[in-house]
Amino acid sequence: MEEQLLVNTRDIYGLYPHVHVWGFPIAAYLFLGGLAAGILLFATIYYLRGKADEMPFTVKIAPIFTFLIIMVGLVLLVYDLHHKLYVWQLFMTFRIESPMSWGAWTLVGVSVFSLLWPLSYIDDIEAYLHERNWRRLDGVTNFIRKFIHKWKIPHFIILMFRKYRTFFAYILLILSVILGIYTGILLSAFNAHPLWNNSILGPLFLVSGVSTGSAFVMWLSNNKKERALMSTIDMVLIAVELFFIVHMIMGMQAGPEAYKQAAHLFLGGEFTVMFWVVFVGFGLVLPFILEAMEFKGFHIHPAVPALLVLMGGLVFRIIMVNAGQISEYPF
Amino acid sequence: MSFNRRNFIKISGVAGAGVALSPKLSGAFQSFFKEEKQPLKESDAIKVPTVCEICFWNCAGWVYKDKENNIRKILGNDIDPHSNGRLCPRGTGGLGMYYDEDRLKTPLIRVEKDGKQIFKKATWDEALDLIAKNMKTIDKKYGKESIALFYHGKTGPHFKHLLQYWGSDTNAKPASAQCLITREAGYIATYGAGLASPEPTDIRSTDCLVLIGSHIGENMHNGHVQDVSELIDRGGDIITVDPRFSTVASHSTKWLPIKPSTDMALLLAWMNVIINENLYDADYVKQYTYGFEELAAHVQKYTPEWAQGITTIPAADIYKTARMMGAASPKVIIHPGRHTAWYGDDTQRTRAMAILNAILGSWGRKGGFYFPDKITLPTYPHPEIPKPRWTWREISQGKHKMAFAGITNEIMDHALPEYKGPFKIKAMFFVATNPIQAIPEEQKIIRALKNQEFIVAVDTMPSEITGYADVVLPEATFLERLDDIRTSQHKSPNIALRYPAVKPKYDSKPGWWIARELGLKLGLQDFYRWENFEDVLDWQLKQVGSSMEEMKKVGVKHFPRKKPMFLEKDEEYWFNTNTGKIELYSTDFDEWGYKPLPEYKSHGEVPSGYLRLIYGRLPMHTFGRTLNNPNLFDLKSEPLLWINPKIAKIYGIENGQYIWLQNPKGKVSSFTVKVRVTERIRHDSVFLPHGFGNKGRIFVDDGTVHEMSRTYGRGISDAEMIHQVSIDPETGGTGMRNNFVSLHTEKPKPVKKKKVKKDTKSKVDKNSVKKDKEAKVKAKDSLAVKKKKSLLKDPK
Amino acid sequence: MAIEINKCVGCADCVVACQTENDVPIGYSRDWVVEKVKGYYPNIFLHFETQRCNHCEDTPCVRTCPTGASHVIEGGIVKVIHDECIGCGACIESCPYDARYFHPDGYVDKCTFCDHRVEDGLNPACVSVCPTNCMHFGDLDDPDSDISKLIVKRDSYTLLPEAGTAPQIYYLK
Repeated sequence: MEEQLLVNTRDIYGLYPHVHVWGFPIAAYLFLGGLAAGILLFATIYYLRGKADEMPFTVKIAPIFTFLIIMVGLVLLVYDLHHKLYVWQLFMTFRIESPMSWGAWTLVGVSVFSLLWPLSYIDDIEAYLHERNWRRLDGVTNFIRKFIHKWKIPHFIILMFRKYRTFFAYILLILSVILGIYTGILLSAFNAHPLWNNSILGPLFLVSGVSTGSAFVMWLSNNKKERALMSTIDMVLIAVELFFIVHMIMGMQAGPEAYKQAAHLFLGGEFTVMFWVVFVGFGLVLPFILEAMEFKGFHIHPAVPALLVLMGGLVFRIIMVNAGQISEYPF
Repeated sequence: MSFNRRNFIKISGVAGAGVALSPKLSGAFQSFFKEEKQPLKESDAIKVPTVCEICFWNCAGWVYKDKENNIRKILGNDIDPHSNGRLCPRGTGGLGMYYDEDRLKTPLIRVEKDGKQIFKKATWDEALDLIAKNMKTIDKKYGKESIALFYHGKTGPHFKHLLQYWGSDTNAKPASAQCLITREAGYIATYGAGLASPEPTDIRSTDCLVLIGSHIGENMHNGHVQDVSELIDRGGDIITVDPRFSTVASHSTKWLPIKPSTDMALLLAWMNVIINENLYDADYVKQYTYGFEELAAHVQKYTPEWAQGITTIPAADIYKTARMMGAASPKVIIHPGRHTAWYGDDTQRTRAMAILNAILGSWGRKGGFYFPDKITLPTYPHPEIPKPRWTWREISQGKHKMAFAGITNEIMDHALPEYKGPFKIKAMFFVATNPIQAIPEEQKIIRALKNQEFIVAVDTMPSEITGYADVVLPEATFLERLDDIRTSQHKSPNIALRYPAVKPKYDSKPGWWIARELGLKLGLQDFYRWENFEDVLDWQLKQVGSSMEEMKKVGVKHFPRKKPMFLEKDEEYWFNTNTGKIELYSTDFDEWGYKPLPEYKSHGEVPSGYLRLIYGRLPMHTFGRTLNNPNLFDLKSEPLLWINPKIAKIYGIENGQYIWLQNPKGKVSSFTVKVRVTERIRHDSVFLPHGFGNKGRIFVDDGTVHEMSRTYGRGISDAEMIHQVSIDPETGGTGMRNNFVSLHTEKPKPVKKKKVKKDTKSKVDKNSVKKDKEAKVKAKDSLAVKKKKSLLKDPK
Repeated sequence: MAIEINKCVGCADCVVACQTENDVPIGYSRDWVVEKVKGYYPNIFLHFETQRCNHCEDTPCVRTCPTGASHVIEGGIVKVIHDECIGCGACIESCPYDARYFHPDGYVDKCTFCDHRVEDGLNPACVSVCPTNCMHFGDLDDPDSDISKLIVKRDSYTLLPEAGTAPQIYYLK
């Protein structure tokens, strides 16, 4: 018999029996970050490919949401900090080694651009709304336009942005890829947790983030063509995701003891049902089938697979955040 | 997570400025944001000498204070031979005793309010007047001798002297009969000298240390722990005999897992081997001992093969260990242990250990037992002490010839309503001792307490006994008071000073002040012709060539030895026995009708369905008195009941589960205890650390409840489960190891239905129905909450 | 730091000494003691390990810290600047030894090897107080220091070397 116990009482928050200092807020933050990255990725790619007018929702409208999504994510992040009042210390330094540091800077960049991007399209957005007889938001768009024109500096910035939009689109494209990778690398940087500490996790999070982005567009777009395109992309992404998941688990199974135990969390362990049924089943395979069926001509409301993918993305991050903290090196 | 408002208010004023700071600069502005407590630098510390009062080892140390007069830490005094500058966890955490917010804060007097018994806060004058008045009443009715004192620690003597001055010498230390009196008697009968404290074992030079009935490391007798550690470094042999795989067993050369209650068989078998194989120190035996032939003939029947059947230790191991001892002789120590009151033949067992030491020639030899030396301080001049008509001697020594100190249980017997003899006890003082936990047979103690006309409790913390007291007096902790100079024995004679580091917290007072004020109210001013106890100590110190001023600077002072530490070769030495020699055959015992040579006697088997209750210590607690200390509570907040995995499987008990215990008399434990399933314990026994399961709680008229809030109701009190006490005939020592418990995952019903007596005093303690309810709620809570917070990491 | 497990009795003096030395709040501790038992009665192996921050050579906590609050000072001691810490928990997640925790004031707290004492030429509180004298503190970079010699002479192991952090506390068998 082997026995191991603490002699002194060490009843400290979040340490025993497993480290658990991160919970839902961080999972949700990662999800929102990935989602925002996905939306911006599509917006910039299709803009650069010159499809701004063909795919107005993807390029012009969807980015409006990214700013809000990022803000909600940031609020969650700050909420989860324990020394909140010192949050400004994040921006006193730049540490390339710490994903959280460059992630924070990236977020700032992305949030600035994701604010400027729709602002620069304010006229197109209004036109898009009018096209669909949505005049309730006229007050808001007018207010924003007035605001921009009232002072010189914002006006100048927006003008510059419009002028060099292609250049900024490239920057935003890069930033959004970084943001997507960051949400995965954030976790895989922690070598204390074997489940997180693998090189597939970054790409997996990126793909999953992009997939949720495409699902988001698919859900809210009114353009059939846009939807069909996004649906196709999403199917490809889901396939890639499934491939990565198999790859990740096989990699861990072939690793040292601690990694096998990490994989066991999904293979008979605590998170088996959550992972395979809720995430893989309802979050990946089912939407894939639904999308494939629609592709074949069955009529399925696009919100169904889209919401399933979004749900899957969130559940995936909740699972990874919680299971990862359980996965530790055996003492 | 907690959000500190103080920080918030402070930071909001400078947040704007903060953003502009570069990270490098922000360190310099640290003080702007928050006044973080910085560690105390050695050079900034104010050091006050102290003598630790957490246990009887009484290590000397320094109290470190900062400039704001806050006690920050306690460290050992480097020149103190008890601690060598290293305090044990309890000493280091001793400051928690001072900071504990559950301390008794003001004097309390029992009153009746709306038909309920509660306590009323009182001034010292009121409380002491009431005590003096009652003492005088008792005196008129029964005589001064009827007031008994139970005491412990350094405050005890103040009250012992007070009562002696007044005319009562009826006193007892529970620590005596419950603990080491049997050992002292065994050594006095053999060597004509007891061992006292710290035991004069020269572990620093020994080659072989035998621990039978000692769990050094868990008992944290500081000096000895350090000695054993040094012995491990030197590669010396340690032989540990214990039914439990104790901590020191893991560090031992040889561990003998003995069947409990059979130690005597092993000791006799060792003697058999040592004598028959001529491993003993023949010259020493010839020169210094008496009765070797009788002993040699006596132990012939006790062969290792015979002992194997009794102790379950293989005979080969008995031979092997006996030869190890023989090879090391005379640098071998059969450690006397300390708590030796086990099975009712304990004086005989400790005598067997003393005899083993004698035939191996270790007494008075390097690597064995040294002759300790100490400083005796003269007593401050006072008038002649009145001679009482009877004292503790009349109570104890009639039955037990070797009872050289008051026997608590005997005194308690004289306090029971059924006692009709001349030595009645009608009032009690409890000073720094809690009989409910310290003395076995709780029900009897409670009957004795209820038969008293007046009870006074002096303590720092509320405990069970405070609930029975008529007056409760809050004492200052050892960090706030002055006590007698420590003059205990050691290799080099030394004295150590405890000086108050800070003023007493709340309305507590030092023991000497309480005793003196009460003395004045009793008209004993002639005995208290000093104002401040410091004057007494200064006078005493000056008699031996020191002073208060010097001692405040050094804390500990050493003096030259007056006699050699070991026997010279062929030295003539007179032992304080009838024959002047080490009595292997005790002539006194022969005369008094006790067995002159130790014999093996069976103590019976464990009844079926029960397990033997082995109690012991935790290194971070001194039983009940430290449990509520915030720092030490942090180290160990609840006891674990050790159970062998085989037993756990049979009972279907899981690691970490909370269970009840019941003893053969049907008594069910008040609370539950957390189980630790471990291979470290024999299948026929359970192990429970002593002192937990506190249920002392008193209600005060201002609506507050005084209790040890952290430790209240945590774990089971082993004292509560003890159902039979085996009295040692020679000393009256109370053997408590022949006790058994059964394990229950559901709360069992008590076998006998107790009548709920309508006694006024019991209400304050809390009635039994409520207790049951609370225990149930507690158990539920603890199961739900504590399971979640389990300290146990999953074995992977 | 080197710790002789053949002498430790698991009394947790190191824990309380650290608590009083560094004002660690009640309920928290920077170091702790683990009891490890193997075998079956009566063939049992038992030892205690007093554990704390290993002041690793390869510090994941410093690497993942987004603000630079976690840093390594001269001599290899890993410390946290409380006023630069935002309490994100990244270092807690990255430590395989559970050596870091959130202080009730919000920042992350950990063992400092009592650098304020080391500066004065003293041993850390836990080392200086240990009744069994089982802990040794010194400069591991100096091959002639007592501690370096001790580690070479005795059989030793470190905790979780497979986590790849190069821990600097050696347990001597």
